[in-house]
Amino acid sequence: MTQAELRLCSLLLRENFGEIVEKVGNSLLRTGPRPLRLLVGDTGLLPDQVKKALCVLLQHGLARYEPQPRGAVEYEARGERVLRILRYPRYIYTAKTLYGDPGELLVEELLLHGHLPMSSAVARVADRLTETMEGKGKRRHSCDEEEEGEHKAKRQKQEGGSSEPPPDDGIYWQVNLERFHQHFRDQALVSAVASRMDQTSSEVVRTMLRMSEVTTASGASHTQPLSSNEIFRSLPAGYNISKAVLDQYLALLADDPLEFVGKSGDSGGGTYTVNLHKALVSLATATLESIVEERFGSRCARIFRLLLRKKHLEQKQVEDFAMIPAKEAKDMLYRMLSENLVALQEIPKTPDHAPSRTFYLYTVNVMAAARMLLHRCYKSVANLMERRHHEMRENKRLLEKSQRVEAILASMQATGAEAAQLHEVEEMITGPERQQLENLKRNVNKMDASENQVDETIFMLEAFIESTMKRP
Amino acid sequence: LGMAGRGRGRGRGQMTFNVEAVGIGKGDALPPPTLQPSPLFPALERRAVPLPGGEECEYMLALKQELRRAMRGLPYFVKPGAPRRDIERYSDKYQLSSPVDNAIDWNPDWRRLPRELKIRVRRLRKGRTAALVPKQRVALDKEEALKKLESLEKKEEEVTSEEEEEKEEEEEGKEEEEEEYDEEEHEEETDYVLSYFDNGESFGPDSDDNGDEAVY
Repeated sequence: MTQAELRLCSLLLRENFGEIVEKVGNSLLRTGPRPLRLLVGDTGLLPDQVKKALCVLLQHGLARYEPQPRGAVEYEARGERVLRILRYPRYIYTAKTLYGDPGELLVEELLLHGHLPMSSAVARVADRLTETMEGKGKRRHSCDEEEEGEHKAKRQKQEGGSSEPPPDDGIYWQVNLERFHQHFRDQALVSAVASRMDQTSSEVVRTMLRMSEVTTASGASHTQPLSSNEIFRSLPAGYNISKAVLDQYLALLADDPLEFVGKSGDSGGGTYTVNLHKALVSLATATLESIVEERFGSRCARIFRLLLRKKHLEQKQVEDFAMIPAKEAKDMLYRMLSENLVALQEIPKTPDHAPSRTFYLYTVNVMAAARMLLHRCYKSVANLMERRHHEMRENKRLLEKSQRVEAILASMQATGAEAAQLHEVEEMITGPERQQLENLKRNVNKMDASENQVDETIFMLEAFIESTMKRP
Repeated sequence: LGMAGRGRGRGRGQMTFNVEAVGIGKGDALPPPTLQPSPLFPALERRAVPLPGGEECEYMLALKQELRRAMRGLPYFVKPGAPRRDIERYSDKYQLSSPVDNAIDWNPDWRRLPRELKIRVRRLRKGRTAALVPKQRVALDKEEALKKLESLEKKEEEVTSEEEEEKEEEEEGKEEEEEEYDEEEHEEETDYVLSYFDNGESFGPDSDDNGDEAVY
């Protein structure tokens, strides 16, 4: 892992599991898989502390272990999985949109505890639901939770139990992050089609993706071919477009230069696939373009897009095609070059590679640029987290005071104090202090929201890089 | 022979490639050389686009903060030992550090974890005397307990022999490498078993097996 990723992993572990787990995780991530003995020596922690930390990491799937010959056990951290902690809110929110409150709570419980037996997870969710429902006493029967089955992975243990095992002893459930990632990708695709074309087109694509959920291998570059007839039958109930209109939409989608949808044959009224890889490339490229636009301005973005389309251009050509004066164009190209968004490619005209007889072409290496920006994203999130911690530390005293006052107010209200008395207690926090607290809250919220936002970009870039790496 | 780099101004920056092709014309001033590291916070030329906001973002923000709060309260958040107090107090030596056991506060499925990660639970004094699981470790436990009792009874005379006994324990602890390490060796610097100590907060015949230990 890069330094940026390591730093981010460190912060995530510390924030969610404390410094001891952070130290152990760090040691594993930086130095590689090792046995318990070495970890104790390396971290300088007490053996019991290291053991505890390892149990936590294993419980949450952030590390794994492997028995070695001669009875030793080697532990290995899973850095990529640690980075996913950033995405927990998105997983939970998505579960909510798809499956409502029970789904949301189930995913939340599973993420908080790493893995749970179904009986235990269901019990917890039921408790929480009854709490919120305040006496309606609705208990979700465990059958309902099985709808979520397709979104969860199962791990089974075959050993016999002790004298009184619960009915599902040894069977644990955890959240299937990959499946959620698939969903996010599909969401991004559909949303892109909606912006580029219209609502109906996006519904067509959504239908195609839904039909392909189980038939598409993970990492496949495109879905299995679907015939126009099949698609027509599978459209959602509310959509009353005629078959002919659907065919027109499909043709339009297939003709679009972005190539999200491709035509693969003529049987069944025309067969179509969704080009998953191409779509990811388009989405990632759009992300890159957007970043260039925001960081360097529209003219730079124009040059960038030009280079993406034309692949290789000489200095002069860039000036001409982009219709930007030479001096400005030069300046912009150098800036992007220094940021590694753009690269120079040498094409010698003569075998002796004489500089005066060599073409120097500007080009954009999308993979390299994506990697570079992804690296930057990790850094950004780490910076945001550090700053957030700093703000909290700086205001620690005031925060503690505020909490105490809240506690006093709460207990006073419970014992039925008068408004005047309550007011007096509230006044313990002065005006300027109140202002300070508000500022703090606003800043912390901003940073948290930004972290969520950057993670969206991280997802996009990671999905693209992964898809590209998987191609033969 | 006679390659590029010639005839383009003496003493000026001579590059290995044809700078004209890249766009630096003849006589153009090159930017001044950089003599110091770039500033820590470079000037922000354009402001970032404001955060999207909206219901989805608000909800995810609330979720994030709620999760953070929840995580801190769960047993998976491993807290370091008791914080050091500002002044070292005499009674600190006799306080049991929290958690009472260094054991795990939740019940993992030990069938899925390596055995070596299991932390031996320190039994309370009442539990110690009871005959329990016939494991090697518990036997060691009782042995130590008996040794401690002995040493306490002879405390006035036997300073050196106590030290010897402690050394013995340490050796035993080291021999069984795969065993959990002995908490007590590390925790206490006194001759007294910590859990035997009553700092006087609870009155009454709370007394230990050892009658002649003073209760403060």
